[in-house]
Amino acid sequence: MSSTISSGGPPIVEVAELTRAFGTRRALAGVTFSLGRGECLALFGPNGAGKTTLLRVLAGLLRPSSGSARVSGIQLPGGALARSRVGLISHRTMLYEALSPRENVSFAARLYGVRDVNARVEDSLRRMSMLERGDAPVRSLSRGMQQRVSIARAMVHTPQLVLADEPYSGLDDGGARALTSLLGELRSAGTAIIVVTHNLAEGLSLATHAAVMQRGRFVRYDPADRIDATAYSTTYREALAGG
Amino acid sequence: MADVLFAAWVIARKDLAIEFRTRSAFFSAVIFALLGLVIFYFAWDPTAVTVNDLAPGVLWVIFTFSGLLGLHRSFGVETEDHAIDGLLASPVSRESIFLGKAIANLIFVAAVQLIAIPALVVFYNLPLGNVAIPLIAIAFLAAVGLVAVGTLFSAMAVNTRLAELLLPMLSLPFFVPIVIAASQSTAKLLSGRPIVEAAAWIKLLIAFDIIFVAACTVAYPFTVDD
Amino acid sequence: MKISWLPTIAGAAVIATVIRAAFFTPLEAKQGAAQKIFYLHVPAAWVAFLAFFLVAVSSGVYLWLRDSRLDRFAESSAEVGVVFTTVVLITGPLWAKPIWGTYWAWWDVRLVSTLFLWFIYVSYMVLRGAIESPPLRARYSAVLGILGAFLIPFIHLSVYLFATMHPMPIVGKPSKPSLPNEMLLTLMLSLASFTLLYFAFLRARYRYAVERDAVAAAIDHDA
Repeated sequence: MSSTISSGGPPIVEVAELTRAFGTRRALAGVTFSLGRGECLALFGPNGAGKTTLLRVLAGLLRPSSGSARVSGIQLPGGALARSRVGLISHRTMLYEALSPRENVSFAARLYGVRDVNARVEDSLRRMSMLERGDAPVRSLSRGMQQRVSIARAMVHTPQLVLADEPYSGLDDGGARALTSLLGELRSAGTAIIVVTHNLAEGLSLATHAAVMQRGRFVRYDPADRIDATAYSTTYREALAGG
Repeated sequence: MADVLFAAWVIARKDLAIEFRTRSAFFSAVIFALLGLVIFYFAWDPTAVTVNDLAPGVLWVIFTFSGLLGLHRSFGVETEDHAIDGLLASPVSRESIFLGKAIANLIFVAAVQLIAIPALVVFYNLPLGNVAIPLIAIAFLAAVGLVAVGTLFSAMAVNTRLAELLLPMLSLPFFVPIVIAASQSTAKLLSGRPIVEAAAWIKLLIAFDIIFVAACTVAYPFTVDD
Repeated sequence: MKISWLPTIAGAAVIATVIRAAFFTPLEAKQGAAQKIFYLHVPAAWVAFLAFFLVAVSSGVYLWLRDSRLDRFAESSAEVGVVFTTVVLITGPLWAKPIWGTYWAWWDVRLVSTLFLWFIYVSYMVLRGAIESPPLRARYSAVLGILGAFLIPFIHLSVYLFATMHPMPIVGKPSKPSLPNEMLLTLMLSLASFTLLYFAFLRARYRYAVERDAVAAAIDHDA
C-alpha cells in the first residue's frame, strides 16, 4: 500500500447506471456513484431497497444486468482480480463453526493468496481482540465474538474496498467500538468502505458520503460536507414508510 | 492450472479438517455400509446364490448409498451462516471450489471404502487374493465418476426446498452406469476370469470419468454465477 | 371461439393415423394385431428423443444467452417429453407380453434406457418444482438438462453391454419385421402426426408457462 494517503484520487468504486434484475423484478434500478481512496459511503434504506444487492454486485457475487460497475478500475464482473481487492462483512458470519477462529481466518488468507499467512492472521485476530479465543471452535463462541472473527476474516488480505452489510448486528458495545475504530483506521490507510446499516448515528459517524436507497435507486446522495443528519433521518423515515 | 489445483487443495483440506473435527458424516457412512453388508447377507438364500454372485452387487450398491451420505454434507457445511459466499467472493476460481469439494469427497468415499471392502471380504468370506489390486483400480474409477456428479448435485440440492431428498433423486440415474460397470467387472474378477473380460466395463468407467469430471467442472460455475 | 389450428390439425392427423393403422394397414404376418402398437410406440419414442434433445439444446443456449424464453421452452419440452416417454413405457410392455411372453424385458436395451430417461426427466421436473427463484431454477435445470443428454449414451451402452453379456432365453424373439410399403407409409404418417402433436403440446405448455410467469410477476410487482 502506498504511503501517501489522500482522499479522492482515482476512484476505487465507480458505478454508473447500474441495474440488476431478478427475473422481472429490478433490485437495482440505475445507481450511480463513485468512491475514492479513504472514503466511506454510508448506505441506508428499508429492507428490499437493493442495498445488499449492490454490495453483492460489487463483491463479485452477482453480475450486473446493465450499466457499469468498476472496482479498482476493473470492470465487473471482473473475475479473481476484482474479487481479490474486496473484503466482505455481512450479518452472516460466513464462518465454519467446526473450525476455530484461527483456522477460519487462515483459510481465508490462503484463499486470497496472502503472503506470510500466520503473521497476518495473528494481526487480524489481535485487532478484533480475538487472540485468546483463537483456538476454540467458532460454534462455542457468542454471536458477537463470531461477528468479530468474521470481520478479522474480511480484513486479512488488506482489501482496498470493504463492503460491510449490517456489520454491527450482533456486536456488543466493545465489539462495535472495535469495529468503528478498525474501519476508521482502514479509512485513514486509504481503504474505501461502503457500510450498510439501519443505525443512522453509527453510519454517519464514519461516512464521507451518505445515501438513502429506495426501490433500487439512490433517493438521496450527499458528500460529507453536505450531510445534514436531520434531513437524513426525515428522508430515511420516508423511505422506510414508502418501502 | 497449478493455481487452480493449489486453491482446490486448500479448500479440500479445509473440508477434510471439518470432517475430521466432527467425524459425523464419516461414522454414519461407515456404520451405514457395515449395516448394509450385514442386512444384505440375510436377504438371500446362501444355498441358492453363491457369495461371488452376490458380493459385487452388494458392494457397489452400498458404495453408492454411503457415498451419498458424504456428498450431502459436502455443500451442507457451506450453508452454515452462508460460508459459500465467503468462498465465492474470494479470488479462487469457481473451478477450484468445485474441484476442492470433489477432492475432499473423493478422499471421504475412499476412506469409507477402505473399511467397507475389507469388511465385505471378511463377512462374505471372499477369495480376494490376487484380485485386490484390480478391484482397487475399479473402486477408484467408480469413485471418481460418482464424486464428480454427486458433488455438482450436492451444490445444487442444498439450495432447493427438498435438499437431502433431491440429491439421491438427481444422482442415482447418473450412478446407474457406474454401478452396472463396477458390479459387472467385479463379478468377472471374483469368478476368476481374466481382467480382459472386464475391459469393456473398465473403458466405460474411464469414459464416464473423463466426460463427467470435465462436464461437471465446466457446469459448476454456471450454477453459482448469477 | 377462435380455432387454434395447430392442435386441430395435429389431433386430426393423429386420429387419421390411428384409423389407418387399425383398419387400413395389413396385419404383420408373424406378430398379428400386437404389432399395430408400434404405430404408437415408435413415434412416441421418436418424439421423446426429440423433446429431450431440444431440452438439452435450449438449456445450452439458455446458459449462453440467459433468455427466460429458452428456459420456458426447456421446461415445456421436458414435460411433454415425459408424457411421451410414459406412452413408450406403457406400450412397450403391452407389445412384449403377447410377443415375448413377459411384460418387462431387461435385455431390451431401448425399453430399459427409456425407463432411465423417464427417471432423469421426472427428477428434472421435481428439481424445477423445488426452487423458488426463477433464475436459479433456470440455471440448475439447464445444467441438469445438458448433463442428462450426456448421460443417455452411457446408460444405453451399459444396458447394452449388460444385455449382451447375460443373454436371456428369448422365446421366439422376432427378427426385424420387414415392412411392406403399406406399413411403412403408416409408420411414416404416425411419425409425422406425432411430431405435429408434440409441437401442439409444446406450444400449449409454453403458453401456459408464459401466463403463469406473467401472473407471478404481477403479484411480485404488487407486493
